[in-house]
Amino acid sequence: MTNPNETLNKKSDSNSDGVDQSSSESNAIKDFISNLKSSPKEFKDSVVRHGKPTSSRAKSQAVFTNFFLHILPVRMHVRSIKATTTLGLGVVTFVLFIILCFTGVLLMVYYKPSVDQAYDSMLDISNVVPTGRWMRNVHRWAAHGMVACVILHMARAFYTSAYKKPRQFNWVVGMILFCLTLGLSFTGYLLPWDQLAFWAVTIGANIAQSPRELTDALGVTQWFDIGGMQKEVLLGAHYVGQEALTRFYVLHVMVLPVLTAIFIAIHFWRIRKDGGLARPASADEVTTSVPSVPSDDPPPLKTWGLMGLMKGKTPAVNLELKNTVTTWPNAVYVIGAASMITVLCVVLLGVFFDAPLSEKANPAVPENPAKAPWYFLGLQELVSYSALMGGVGIPIIVMLGLALVPYLDREKEETGIWFSGKRGRRVALYSALFTAGVVLFMLWFTVSFGWLRNWEATADVPQMVISIFNPGTIYVVLFAAWSIGVVKKTNSTRMGAIALFTCFLVSFLILTYFATVHRGPNWDFYWSESDWPVH
Amino acid sequence: MPDNIYSSERFKPEKTRRDFLGLAAVWSAITAFVVALLGAMRLPMPSVFPESNSQIKLGSPKDFIVGSSTYFPQQRLWVYRTEEGFFALSSVCTHLGCIAERQTDNTFFCPCHGSAFSELGDVVGGPAPKGLTWVALSISPEGQLVADTLKEVDTGAIFKV
Repeated sequence: MTNPNETLNKKSDSNSDGVDQSSSESNAIKDFISNLKSSPKEFKDSVVRHGKPTSSRAKSQAVFTNFFLHILPVRMHVRSIKATTTLGLGVVTFVLFIILCFTGVLLMVYYKPSVDQAYDSMLDISNVVPTGRWMRNVHRWAAHGMVACVILHMARAFYTSAYKKPRQFNWVVGMILFCLTLGLSFTGYLLPWDQLAFWAVTIGANIAQSPRELTDALGVTQWFDIGGMQKEVLLGAHYVGQEALTRFYVLHVMVLPVLTAIFIAIHFWRIRKDGGLARPASADEVTTSVPSVPSDDPPPLKTWGLMGLMKGKTPAVNLELKNTVTTWPNAVYVIGAASMITVLCVVLLGVFFDAPLSEKANPAVPENPAKAPWYFLGLQELVSYSALMGGVGIPIIVMLGLALVPYLDREKEETGIWFSGKRGRRVALYSALFTAGVVLFMLWFTVSFGWLRNWEATADVPQMVISIFNPGTIYVVLFAAWSIGVVKKTNSTRMGAIALFTCFLVSFLILTYFATVHRGPNWDFYWSESDWPVH
Repeated sequence: MPDNIYSSERFKPEKTRRDFLGLAAVWSAITAFVVALLGAMRLPMPSVFPESNSQIKLGSPKDFIVGSSTYFPQQRLWVYRTEEGFFALSSVCTHLGCIAERQTDNTFFCPCHGSAFSELGDVVGGPAPKGLTWVALSISPEGQLVADTLKEVDTGAIFKV
């Protein structure tokens, strides 16, 4: 293969060529000195093989020959780099992940994963280590931000139909990344070894054990105790202790970050292979003229890659020159700007707000209330009805339901349009109102009247009845019924999918808000934290 | 040159001995990999627990006054001495592992999600799936009362000395 840079490099080599020709008895020492003089430039040219990215070709090469940029195409659709298309949420999430890796490694320098030393090393990091408190703060806020951005990114992808063929599997990869992000947060939560960490993880580990409710009801626990096994694998013991801390540490700093990085790579790779960001056909109706190429630009060297010889639609490169711009510098600047804003935000948050650290873990006295981080509080509200359904059953149903959406809703329609247009917007609005009504009513009802056990007539119902019939399962059934109703009424699976996702999102938001603000000591209802009884 | 070099006829699969051996090789490789993986994944399943010595000596039975109840915070255990004998209740909430606190009226209440238990540990409210665990008691050779925190007995089973 000929080096496309040959013509460019000729110019820079002309100096040494001139020397050679002028002195007929070529002098090795002379060569050596001139090589030495030009070695910085030679080195630079060996790293960046194209010249300044001024011509179209050099701009393409700036992306194509750069290890870090080559995941991007050399040209991008103008719509893809508009801020309103994706709100930059995927990039922001990725940047937060990088920040978390960076600050996480720094924290590992001082953190000691031992029950005797962990909490003290947290105090050291906060009070003695140079920039330690700041790094911990940035790590914590970036972690919260990553969870929030993953959820928002998922909502964006969903509402703009970005899960439709050929992107179905990338939606599933996204769901896996969502679970990995939550796993990273949960495992990181134990490491400070403070009261909150200890009791939140005790609760989490016992949720893993809750399938025992089911095996107990069937009377097979002594032969097949899947719940107990899960807890033992997670904790390495029956209680949260050194074994659990070691395991969570290994998961948090090694297993889960590596898995996340692998799935991020797959996620990005497939965006390329699936034809870039989803966009409607209308995005190409109004064409910008084919970008004018400056007349002094070197001509293209080739127009067909190997892919051009293959049959079939994938990889869907799908690129015509119209409506595209060179990735360098247009998209690179946009990504760079999003990254800088992200870094600025978490750095400032880290300067002004300290990450919480409660007193050292005390296995004898539970924290009251023992609240998980905000993104698990919706779940915690559900487990306060039933550990089995709230902690295991409903999350599995929700995750499977969301992962299956692209395979159940296969309606061919334009992608890249928010809510698929006016009708979808209406469906989303009605679904949001329906969900808000159902959830607020059920919360009011359970707070005011309790549930089965609190009523005389049903005080003695078996546990299985409560597991199967509680506010959490009622939500699932009602939301599923509502979505199927929408499918029937609108005769569109896409509308049903919008209804289902809206139910999920709105109930998640309301339950999270409710458990964060209105649940206090003993998991009782309070209007605000200032009403909590003083101990 | 034949017209249809790409026709499906040319590539029609034929079961041959070679196919069979190939499939056998692939499946044995997959089986070996899965078995090896399962074997490796056995490692995180502990066979010895850090708290494997679950037998806790509580002291001489004579030290417990009839009608009294004593709390052992390390073991999270309430030991009751009645006229008939002894019984021990674990204060670990059966819902999600918090510690249920004994109230002034001797009932139990878990602060984490509001599970409530009667004096004898039966569920009376909240999300707990079952009553507080009754822990097995025994007498050691030297005459000490011993609780086995990992061994459960039926609710209401009084240990007679």
